[in-house]
Formats: sequence, C-alpha cells, structure tokens
Amino acid sequence: MNIAGKEQIIDIEKLRKDFPILSTKVHGKPLVYLDNAATTQKPNAVLDVQNVYYREQNANIHRGVHHLSETATFEYEKARGKIKNFINASDSKEVIFTAGTTAGINLVASSFGRTFLNSDDEVIISAMEHHSNIVPWQLICEERGAKLRVIPISDDGELLLDEFEKLLTPRTKIVSVVYVSNSLGTINPVKKIIELAHHNGSKVLIDGAQAVAHTKVDVRELDCDFFAFSGHKIFGPTGIGVLYGKAALLEAMRPYQGGGDMILSVTFEKTTFNDLPYKFEAGTPNIVGGIGLGAAIDYVNTIGIDAIAEYEEELLVYGTEVLQQVKGLRFIGTAKEKASVLSFVLDNAHPHDIGTILDREGIAIRTGHHCTQPVMQRFGIPATARASLSFYNTKEELDILVRGIEKVKEIFG
Amino acid sequence: MSEVNELYQQLILEHNKSPRNFKKLELFTHDADGYNPLCGDHYHVWLKLDGDTITDIGFQGSGCAISKSSASMMTSAIKGGTIAAAKELFEKFHSIIMTRIGDPIPEEKIEELGSLGALAGVREFPARIKCASLAWHALNAALTNSEKAISTESGTI
Repeated sequence: MNIAGKEQIIDIEKLRKDFPILSTKVHGKPLVYLDNAATTQKPNAVLDVQNVYYREQNANIHRGVHHLSETATFEYEKARGKIKNFINASDSKEVIFTAGTTAGINLVASSFGRTFLNSDDEVIISAMEHHSNIVPWQLICEERGAKLRVIPISDDGELLLDEFEKLLTPRTKIVSVVYVSNSLGTINPVKKIIELAHHNGSKVLIDGAQAVAHTKVDVRELDCDFFAFSGHKIFGPTGIGVLYGKAALLEAMRPYQGGGDMILSVTFEKTTFNDLPYKFEAGTPNIVGGIGLGAAIDYVNTIGIDAIAEYEEELLVYGTEVLQQVKGLRFIGTAKEKASVLSFVLDNAHPHDIGTILDREGIAIRTGHHCTQPVMQRFGIPATARASLSFYNTKEELDILVRGIEKVKEIFG
Repeated sequence: MSEVNELYQQLILEHNKSPRNFKKLELFTHDADGYNPLCGDHYHVWLKLDGDTITDIGFQGSGCAISKSSASMMTSAIKGGTIAAAKELFEKFHSIIMTRIGDPIPEEKIEELGSLGALAGVREFPARIKCASLAWHALNAALTNSEKAISTESGTI
C-alpha cells in the first residue's frame, strides 16, 4: 500500500507476510486484528530467534564457563545493547530486564518508595493511568504513609497541565504518568511534564507500554528518570519488559528482589549487591524473552519507527473519519494528540455485545474497562469498545470494522 | 451471522431493551452486589422475602445484553415463587449454559427453563457465560445473606 501523495514508505502487504497469524482465519473469516494495545502479533524474525535459542543455544547465563552458557549470555546481553540504542539510554547498565511494564512500575514503586518516600510525601499520577500505574503506588503510599495525588483530565481525555502544576509541592517525590493512554489514545506532553516535575525537584517515571511501538522514544531527550515498557506490545514475546532508569538513581535505590545474580558475595552476616543492572535482576531471567525482544527491536528498526508512526497516523485519521460517520457512535478520547487507539461506545449496544458480534466477523477488538476503571468513571460509562492499530493494519480492515459495526446496529437497532 | 443471531434472539434483545423489575426495592429483606471485574458489569439485586416466598424482586446496574436480559428473565421467573424453586431453576439454568459445546441438550430441559431457555445459546460463546450467570450469583449471595459483594471471579461459575 502506498501512502497517498508521498513516496512509498512501507509496503504493508509485504510486511504483513512477516506475521504468520495475520493470514489465519477466525470463525471462517480472515482475521482482522485490531487489539494491538492489548498485545501485538509476532513476526517470523521473533519466532525464529526463539526457536534457534531453545534448539541451539539454551543454557543459563552469567555463570557457566561452558560454550552454551557463554553463547546464551552473549545473545542476552546483545539484546540489552539493542534496547539501550533503541531508547537512546547512555549505558546498558541503565537497561533492566523485567517481566513487563507492570513489573517495572512495581520495581520503582517498591524500591524508590522504600528508599525515598517518607511520611506525608506525595506521589502524583494521572486520572488516565492503567491500574498497573495506580495500584503499586497505592500500596507503597499506604506502606510509607505517603499520599497519592491525581492529575485530572478534560472531557477530551487530555491531562490538565494547570492542575498538575498546582499539585506539585515540595513534598512531591515522584510523578508517574502514562505516555500514551491505552483506553483513550491520548499522547501526553511528557516532556513538559518532566520539565515541570524536575523544576520542582521531583523524579518522573514514564509508563511507555503503549508508546514504544508507535513513536520514537529517546529517554535522554525526554530526560525521564524511569521509563517502563513491555516486550509483547512491540512485537516481542510476553513475559519480558524493560525498565530504564538513570544510573545514579538506580544505584541509590535499595534492591527490589533478592536472589541469585543480584549479589557479589553472600555471607550470613552481610551481602554485597551486584552492580547495575544485575542488582535489579534476581534469579534466572527470561533469557529467550530478552533475545526475542532484541529481535523485535531489530525488526522495528528495519522498517523505521518514524515511518511506522507516519503510516499509523494516516490509519488513525482514516479510522476516525469512517467511524465518525457511523450514526450513534461516540468516541471516548478525542485528544488533539492521539496514537493508535479508537475507543468508542454505541447507542443501544453494550461494548461486550459489540465485541462478540465483531468476533464472529473475524474482527478482534477489546471491550471492557481496559484496566482503566477510573477513566470509565470519569466519562460515566461502564466500558468501551476499542480498536487499536498497528502498522500492519490497513484501511480495508477499518472498512471491515465499520461494516461489522453496521451488523451490530442491525441486531441492536 | 446465524450463530450470532442464535445468541441475540428477539426475546433477549427485548428484555435488554425493556428489562423487567429494573428497580430498586425501597422495602427489602435481602440484597447483594454482583460484579464481573473482567468487564466491569455490575448489578445490584434486591429481594423481599415473606417466609420462603419471594414476594418482590428488583435489580439495577449496567452490563451487556446477555447479563441484563438474564437478570430480567430471572426476576420474572422467580418472583412470587419460593426460594427452593428459585434455587432449583438456577441449578437447571446453570447446567444448561455450562454444557460443553457439542454435547447435546434434551429439548425438554430447555423448555423447562421457560423464557430463560432463550439464553441456552450462550454456551456457544464461552467468553459470555459469566455474563449470563452474573445476576444469578448476586441472587444467590443475597439469599445466603452474604455480606460480601459477589464477583464472577471469586468462585466457580
């Protein structure tokens, strides 16, 4: 597919062939996969590297002196280097492998919290956070006697920056906000948020789960203190993720979990912790996951994240246009800056019923509260139907979505 | 589309549009909440018992067509009957919607359910079975005077 009026940036039909699942059928219909905010599909490059690892390289890392262990260690650490370059961290030791975004946020909440949060300190999150960027902070605030503050959002689903500035006080130790909202699609002005927070002397964690596959991330340009994301939302395997953190901060923080790999020496009297990033990587990690994520990042780099962002923006504009014409459809999340997410409700049909009817047409969307119940409460709705895009989606698929919604309307009136 | 149409039968759509007993009871003896944390569906069920008889019943809340029509039909079916009859109906309903796809269900078993038989097709949609049983679990919680809100994820469905 060519991008209208421009030179062909990416050949979608060719790229779709890299993803075996995209040519499968669901209920006898060609799969139209529009649930990319939940998880993305995996290209052959990622599938193959995992297969090769288990068939030819499998060993535990960082300890064996034998050939396989050295190979596995080399591949795993090479993947860390790829991630470092992808997010433009200054050093691989700032790239901590985790189980995913949730694990990364929990690591920071727990470790930063137990090191720096004291009674009556404050943590700021926003009203559009995923539960994974709410609950860990509630838990640590309760434990440390700190208070949780919430930046409100507008009817369009945009953060109210004026209100954010009012919430910043000398007690604000950390601000933890989402880059791209999974339920609204809003791209938050994180650079501005980071500037304001730093001016106030507060640290900032960015939940980048929905951002990394859709927009260029440069942690040094953003100047964020922490950045968490998941491998499976950027065409990598599940169960692997990354927490970026500034080295000085990570060094000052107490460890999160104890175990093997995170120590230099252990006696019953005293344990000396390992250097970064291993201090935060207790136990045998998800080795194949890390290698798979490295392959996913290589794959994204071959297309180019800027080309992906440009094509997805065109898809989003097209999807917004065609869905807008559906009578009785209302978008939830109409921010000026949006990425990849089309969240909506229909008159007369509950999102769950929309999801079931679309499923029988081969269309996969997500329905429900998207783990953002406070967002649903903010908009006074129980749930939304959400189509979320990736670069392998096409305008034709969005047309199929619209026809599917018309079928929902035939049934529900 | 035939499969979807089998799920969304006219009776279900009609109960969804105009749910029966969709009201809060001012005078009640038992009540309970039912949540499905996976999708956010939520109903509250109120009961007025006179001895063993359910003299009045109401429900409110929000959810999909399957959960709402199931709640509506449930209230119609058990209002005026005994607790034992309501529990027996729940057992029958539950066993029908939990019947594995492909296993035959005798026609008379569906007929026994009355209008609730319209929901038998939900078994073909495993992700939606919890929708169909949500209000029933709230009813069960209300009848057993459980203090806690009942969740579709808190036990066997």
